[in-house]
Amino acid sequence: MSGNNPPLSLAFRFARRELRGGLKGFRVFLACLTLGVAAIAAVGSVSSALVEGLSEEGQTILGGDVDFRLVHREPGDAELAFISDGTTVSRSIEMRGMAAAPKTDQRTLVELKGVDGLYPLYGTVALSPPLSLAQALEARDGVWGTVVEPALMDRLGVDVGDILQVGDVELQIRAVIVHEPDRVASGFALGPRLFLNDAAMQATKLVRLGSLVNYHYRVRLPEDARLNADVAAWVAGVTERFPDVGWRIQDRSDSAPGVRRFVERIALFLTLVGLTTLVVGGVGVGNAVNSYLDTKRDVIATLKCVGAPGSFIFNVYLIQVMALAIVGVVLGLVVGGITPFFVQWMIEDMLPIPARFALYPGPLVLAAGYGFLAALAFAIWPLARAREISATGLFRDLISPTRAWPRPGYIAAMVLSLLALAGLAIGLADRPDFAFWFVVGAVLSFVGLRFTASGLMSLARRAPRFRSPELRLALSNLYRPGAATTSVVLSLGLGLTLLVTISLIDGNLSEQINGELPDRAPSFFFVDIGPEQVEGFEAIVNGTPGVKALNRVPMLRGRVMSINEVEAKDISPAPDVAWMLQGDRGLTYSADLPGGSELVQGDWWVGEEATGSLISITEEMAQGFGIHLGDEITVNVLGRNISATVANTRNVDWGSVGINFIFVFSPGALQGAPHTNLATLSMDAAGELDLQRAVSKAFPNITIVRVKEALDAVGKLLEDFAMAVRATSVVTLASGIIVLAGAMAAGHRRRVYDAVVLKVLGATRGTILKAYIWEYALLGLGTAVVAAMAGTLSAWLVIVQVMEAPWSFLPVTLGLTVAGATIVTVALGLIGTWNALSAKAAPVLRAQ
Amino acid sequence: MSDPIIRLKDLKLTLPSDAGEVNILRGLSLDVAPGEAVGLVGPSGSGKSTLLMVLAGLEKPTSGTVQVVGQDMAAMNEDALALFRRDHVGIVFQSFHLIPTMTALENVAVPMELAGRADAFERAEEELAQVGLAHRLTHYPGQLSGGEQQRVALARAVAGDPKILMADEPTGNLDGTTGDQIIELMFDLHDKRGTTLILITHDTELAEACDRVVHLKDGLIDRIEPGRRAAQRAAAQ
Repeated sequence: MSGNNPPLSLAFRFARRELRGGLKGFRVFLACLTLGVAAIAAVGSVSSALVEGLSEEGQTILGGDVDFRLVHREPGDAELAFISDGTTVSRSIEMRGMAAAPKTDQRTLVELKGVDGLYPLYGTVALSPPLSLAQALEARDGVWGTVVEPALMDRLGVDVGDILQVGDVELQIRAVIVHEPDRVASGFALGPRLFLNDAAMQATKLVRLGSLVNYHYRVRLPEDARLNADVAAWVAGVTERFPDVGWRIQDRSDSAPGVRRFVERIALFLTLVGLTTLVVGGVGVGNAVNSYLDTKRDVIATLKCVGAPGSFIFNVYLIQVMALAIVGVVLGLVVGGITPFFVQWMIEDMLPIPARFALYPGPLVLAAGYGFLAALAFAIWPLARAREISATGLFRDLISPTRAWPRPGYIAAMVLSLLALAGLAIGLADRPDFAFWFVVGAVLSFVGLRFTASGLMSLARRAPRFRSPELRLALSNLYRPGAATTSVVLSLGLGLTLLVTISLIDGNLSEQINGELPDRAPSFFFVDIGPEQVEGFEAIVNGTPGVKALNRVPMLRGRVMSINEVEAKDISPAPDVAWMLQGDRGLTYSADLPGGSELVQGDWWVGEEATGSLISITEEMAQGFGIHLGDEITVNVLGRNISATVANTRNVDWGSVGINFIFVFSPGALQGAPHTNLATLSMDAAGELDLQRAVSKAFPNITIVRVKEALDAVGKLLEDFAMAVRATSVVTLASGIIVLAGAMAAGHRRRVYDAVVLKVLGATRGTILKAYIWEYALLGLGTAVVAAMAGTLSAWLVIVQVMEAPWSFLPVTLGLTVAGATIVTVALGLIGTWNALSAKAAPVLRAQ
Repeated sequence: MSDPIIRLKDLKLTLPSDAGEVNILRGLSLDVAPGEAVGLVGPSGSGKSTLLMVLAGLEKPTSGTVQVVGQDMAAMNEDALALFRRDHVGIVFQSFHLIPTMTALENVAVPMELAGRADAFERAEEELAQVGLAHRLTHYPGQLSGGEQQRVALARAVAGDPKILMADEPTGNLDGTTGDQIIELMFDLHDKRGTTLILITHDTELAEACDRVVHLKDGLIDRIEPGRRAAQRAAAQ
C-alpha cells in the first residue's frame, strides 16, 4: 500500500459495512435533525407561499396595477389627467367614521370606503346575498345602499335591510361582505368595513377640509403594459413628471409592503427559532454520535490494533454520521416541504392574505444546508475524540473521561461549521442586526447553560452527605461519569429559555395592553372636530358626569419637504428614524410645552416668539437626522410649504397614549392653516357609552375611537402573533424533550444494572424510585431556574432596552414554566427508567 | 447442632427455556449452622450459582422451603427480600458487580446508606482499609485491577456486618496469587466476625478449606464431606 493513510474509498467501504447494522440507536439523531430541518423548511416554505401569493395576487390586493394615495387632498387636474391618459382610474375615499343604528340606538367606529362604479378594477367583492357591489350600493327610493362586514351587524345589532346613519346620510344594509379583494392592502383596521357609493360618501359630509381622509386612485394599465417592468417604467414616468405631489405610490409588484415585511419578519424570527431547534437537536446529535461510538469501542480498538490510523477512523465514522444526516435532512425536507399543503388544507380559508402553496426549492435548500452544518458541527467533537484516544483508553472512557481535546484542526472545523451556521442565519436575514443579536443570545444561553451543568454537577459533588439514601443516590447520579446532566441542562434549558423569553415578552405586552395602558390611556380619542364644532363638543363633554380630563389640540397633516434646504429625497437619516420622512405625519401647534414632553435642548417659545415660525421636534429626530437648533425644516401642509426654525427638542413619553406629535409648531406658523382638532378624554367607564352616543348624535362627522375597543383589537392581533411564535418555540422545546428522552434512554442499560445491584444490596423499589424522582426533579428544577433567569434577562432586554416599555415581573408565568419543566423531566425520566425498577436481578447478573 | 441459620427442604427450581423446561434444582435439602463455612462444589450446570441466587432471595424456587435466619423466604415479596439482604446477607460475585459510576468508597457505603446508617462512609473507609485499599477510596471500578475490584466487593459484602456471607466463584476472574489473597481475606473476615460463609467454587481444594463440602450434581446433593476447617476446629478445641 502506498502512503500511510488508507484511501477514502476504503473508508466508504468500511462505513457501508458498519451501516449494515441498521439505524438502531440513531432514532434521536434522526428525530432531532428531522425536527429542526422540518421547522426551518416549513417556515421558509409557508412564508414563500405567502410572499409569492402576495406577489401573484398583487393586482387584486392593491386593487389596481398602481395605487396613488393622498391624505387630506386630491391630486390636481394635471396630475389626474396624466395618470388617466390611456389607463382606467378608479377613485375611492377611505376614512374612519361613526355608524349609528337608529333601530337599536347603537354606535360604532367603522372603516368607510366610498367607491366609484369602476371599483374594484381587479377581483370581485363577494357579497351575501350575492349581489353585485354596484347593485348593492345604488340608491333605491332615495336611500343609498351599503354593504358591511358581519362584525358591524353584531356590534350594532342590525340585519340586512336595516338602516344605518353615517354622517348626514341614511344607508340601507343590502348585503354582508364575504370577501373584499384589496382588504389586506388597507392594513390594520380599528373598526369593521362599510362600503358606500362615492356619491353617498360625499353626501355624508364627512369629507371636510382637514379631515383625515385617504384618497386612493387605483390605475389599471393597458393590457400590453402590465409586465412588472412596464409598470415600474410607467410609475417612474409619473414620479419624474410630478416629483412633489407627495402621494404614496405603490405598484402591484409590492402590493402590500407592510404585510410582506410582516411576513418576512415573522419568517425570520421563526427561522431563527427553527435554528435554535436545530442547535438543541445538535446536542442530541452529539449525544447520539457519542453513544454510537460507545458501542463501537471494540470495533475502533480492534481497527486501531490492526493498523488503522486515527484519521481513517474519523473518516469511517464521519461518513456514517453524514449518511445518517442525509436521511434526517431528507425526512425533514419532506415534512417541511409538505407543510404548506397541510396549512392550505387546514386554514386556507382563514388566512387573511392569499397564498400560493407549492414546493419552493429555495427554503428547502437552505434548510438542508442548516441541517448538514448542524450535524457536522455537533458530530465533529465526539468523532475527533474517538480518533484521538488510544485503544486502551477507549475501553475506559466512561470512568476516566479523557481530558484530551481534539486536534486543533478538528476544533477549527467545528468552530467553522458553527460560524457558517450563524453566518448563514445572519447573512440571509432581512434584518441582520436582529438575527445577530438572536444568535448572540442563543450562544450566550448555550454557554451559560453549559456552565450551569458543570455548576450543578459540582454542587452535587460538594453537597453534604445527606441522611436520606435516596437523596444521596440522586446527587451522586447527577455528577457520576457519563451522567446525562449536561445533555439535559443544555437541551431542555435552551428550549425553556426561548419559551420563557417569548412568554414574558408576550405577557408584558399583554399586560400593557390589558392592564397598564387602559389605566393610563384616555377613554376616547375624538378625531376631526371642526373648529366650529369645538364649543358644542366641549359643552357636551363638560356636561357629562364622570369626565376627568379633556385635552384638545389642533391637528393637521403635513409632509417634510426639506431640512436646511436639502430635499427630503436626498436626505439619508439613521434607519430607525427614516419613517419620519415617509408620507404625511401629524402636526400640531401649541403655545405651551405639551404634556408628556420634556425639553432637552433650547427653550420653549414665549410671548412674541410664539407668533414667529418656530418648530419643536423630538430629540430622537434631531439625533437621527443630525438637526441642530436654528436649522430650518420645511413642511408641506395641504399643498402649501411652511418653513420653520428649530427652536428646541423634546423627549416624548409615547407610552402615555396621550396626544403626542413629533412636530409641534409655534402658533404663528400654523394658526392660519385650515385644521381640525384632536381631543382625548378620560372619564369613568360607566358613562362612556352615553357620551359616545351624545357626541355621535350631535356631530356625526366626529370620529370617536374608544380606546378600550382599539386596545382589544391590538390585543387580539398580538394574541394571534404570540400564538404563532409560541407554537414554533414549542417545536424547540419538543426537540429539547426528544434530546432529554434520548439522553435518559442512552443510560438505560446502565440504570437497569445499577438498579439490580442496588436491589442485591438491599434497596427496595420504593428507595430506587424515590432516588430517581429526586434526581430528575433536581435536574429539571436546576435547569428550569437557570432557564427562567436567562429568559427573564432576555425578555427584560427586549422590553426595556429595545421596546423602551415598562417591565412587569410575571411570577405566575415563571412559576408555571419552572414547575412544568420539572414535572416533564421527572415524568420523562421515570418513563425511561420505569422498567429498570421491575428488572429481575438474576438474569441481569447472569448476563454480566 | 444449634438452630440452623439456613434450612433448605426439598428445594426445586424449574426454569423455562426454548427447548422446554429445565430442572435446575431437583429437591435439595440442607441445613447450615450459624458461623459455619460451607463450600458448594460441582461441575458446571450442577445448580451451584442458582442455589446461591435462591439463598439470597434473587431467584424464587418453584417449590420447597427456604428458611434463612429463621425467615421463610417464600413468604417475602421483592422489597421485603431486598431489606432482608440489606440486613442479613453480603454477596461477593465472580464478576464483582460493582456500580461502575461510583467510587470504591461509594460502592462500599451503598448498603449502609440504604440501611440509613449515619456512619456509612466512615465504616466504608475502615472496611476498605481492612482489605488494603485505603489509598483507592476515590477510584472508580474501571480504574482498579480485578483483584482490587474484588476486594472492594468483599469490603462491601461485609461492611454491614451480615450474618451470612455468600461468595460465588470469587476467584474465578482472578489470577492464582490474587485469588489466594482474596480467599485468605475472606476466611480471615469470616473467622474474625463469625459470619456464616457459603462459598461456591469449582475448586475442590478451596472448598475443602471450609467446615463442610457439599457436592452438587444435576441439581441434587451428591454427597457431603467434612472440610479441613472442621478438623482444625476440632483440633483447636
